[in-house]
Amino acid sequence: MSQLSSTDTPTEEAEIATDTVREAMLEQLSAELGDALVGSHLEPGIDLTIRVTADAWAQTAEFLKNGMGFAYFSFVSAIDWLPSPFGRDMDSQVDLALEGADPKEAEEMIWGLAGGETRFQVFARVNDIVGHRALTIKADVPADTLTVPSWVGTYAGANWHEREAWEMFGINFEGHPGLRHIYLPGEFEGNPMRKDFPLLARRVKPWPGIVDVEAMPGSDDEEDETDAGGSND
Amino acid sequence: MTDISDRQQLGYIASQAADARLNLELETEGMTLNIGPQHPATHGTLRIIAKLDGEQVIAADPVMGYMHRGYEKLTEVRTYPQVTSLINRIDWLGSFANEVPFILAAEQLMEVEAPPRAQWIRTILFEMSRIANVVLFLGDMAVQVGAVTPVFFAFRDREHILNQIESATGGRFHPNFDRIGGLKDDLPAGWVAETKQVMKKMRGFCDEIETLVMGNEIFQKRTRGIGVIPPDVGLQYGLSGANIRGSGVDWDVRRDNPNGLVYDQVDWKVWTHPDGDSFSRFWVRLQEVREATKIVDQLLDTIPAGPIMAKVPRIIKVTAGEAYVETENPLGVMGYYVISKGDLVPYRVKIRSASFNNMSITPWLLKGVYVPDIVTILGSLYFILGDIDR
Repeated sequence: MSQLSSTDTPTEEAEIATDTVREAMLEQLSAELGDALVGSHLEPGIDLTIRVTADAWAQTAEFLKNGMGFAYFSFVSAIDWLPSPFGRDMDSQVDLALEGADPKEAEEMIWGLAGGETRFQVFARVNDIVGHRALTIKADVPADTLTVPSWVGTYAGANWHEREAWEMFGINFEGHPGLRHIYLPGEFEGNPMRKDFPLLARRVKPWPGIVDVEAMPGSDDEEDETDAGGSND
Repeated sequence: MTDISDRQQLGYIASQAADARLNLELETEGMTLNIGPQHPATHGTLRIIAKLDGEQVIAADPVMGYMHRGYEKLTEVRTYPQVTSLINRIDWLGSFANEVPFILAAEQLMEVEAPPRAQWIRTILFEMSRIANVVLFLGDMAVQVGAVTPVFFAFRDREHILNQIESATGGRFHPNFDRIGGLKDDLPAGWVAETKQVMKKMRGFCDEIETLVMGNEIFQKRTRGIGVIPPDVGLQYGLSGANIRGSGVDWDVRRDNPNGLVYDQVDWKVWTHPDGDSFSRFWVRLQEVREATKIVDQLLDTIPAGPIMAKVPRIIKVTAGEAYVETENPLGVMGYYVISKGDLVPYRVKIRSASFNNMSITPWLLKGVYVPDIVTILGSLYFILGDIDR
């Protein structure tokens, strides 16, 4: 049982300090893209995220594929950073459809890794399967046009992914050979993955799972467990 | 002289006119063939609209969405532990494997590491779900070329694997066994010895399929040189798993980036095949099942003792941040991009499923093939609709 307490103390080795492979990637990208590289986040030993301008979105793909050997296309998708106007519907104890939901005060937008400035971001991932490297690329989608250049010319596989992002988030991809619905029926209105698109099942019926949620774990609970575990030798 | 030549000329014109009339009658303005949504080759409900010129496909357009369940949206209103019961149903033949990358991503954000015993058991169950999944493919591929018997063998022998998964996890198809920080339970008594027996049976199944199907002349004729995917095209479309290794690309996430699973502890091999056709994809999958049984055998011998759960809070709030973790699932690379805002529920989960990418090549791949080959090519790409539509 003494192992129980030893496993949760993380063994922080010295390897965190440097990550030469990802640093070199970042250097090469910033040399090529210059001002178009507006943000980056490097977690040593884990991952690299960069953010480029929407105009440089296609150019970045081109350079990654032909200049840096990232031949493998993983995915393109989008993020909506708008805090949900409904809050977390799962917390509601009342029938929101009957009671009517109070409009929540607007929360501030908080962006993730590599920052952001607009509500929508597109993000993608490509791999270099020879050098075993990968990175995430993000770009802010201009709020007025909601348009970024398409990747289909560089990675043919981006076709379906961009159709999905167009359908789910309403983002246009300039130069895409045919943006049309991929999952939803053609007459469907709205973009379901946007945060202000209500998940109707949750709006009309309170979530039964709510009864399971107990009080937040205090340090008391955890001490009890370690006491019980540690006392048997 | 001139008379004759004129007459010849006239005769020629008349015959041309007759030919033209005949052509007009036989004119088929490209036939449109609807395959699916219900078709044995589609593993669910996929519809393909194929435009044909005679027996040849001019254009093929898959229509998805018959099984779209909106998992990415649903994850945004479910707590992290609840998400695993959803994502179990993405690739329903290898359910346990779906849970692993999501849990690993959450663990990465929380900076929790599962204890060694849990990592070992995770890897064992991961490989067993690969066997359960791919075994069905091996039988099913024979059905696509007209041999019905092997699929019954596959269903028969998959039962052994499912029984083992059930006795360890409690669920045959949807284990929902993986937890942030470890696993739900330890292995039941006697499980290790039984599983070793099952692995032996599975190797027997592989030999059976090899002798029964692979040497068969009809099978070879229907799959060799059919549906060839060049490696550079495959990479552009993001193909993964046996589909890309069947094109000679030596890339396997298990070996190259095993994050959190213990593939570096065992002796195994990544198989590739240079041809890129339907046959090579079948061949690679067959070898992978054999390899998986070896991995399971070795891991069973070396399971360390100890706890199966790390210490995590009872109510899980995942630290704010973003993490992407991918693993080599039975159908190919599957990854979850998890964005957390330090809440009970994920802010956004992007599910990168293998079959979506594997399927996206079909409009390119089916162009120019003959109608009977559509079925074998789709079969050899091996997708599961839940994994495409999510």
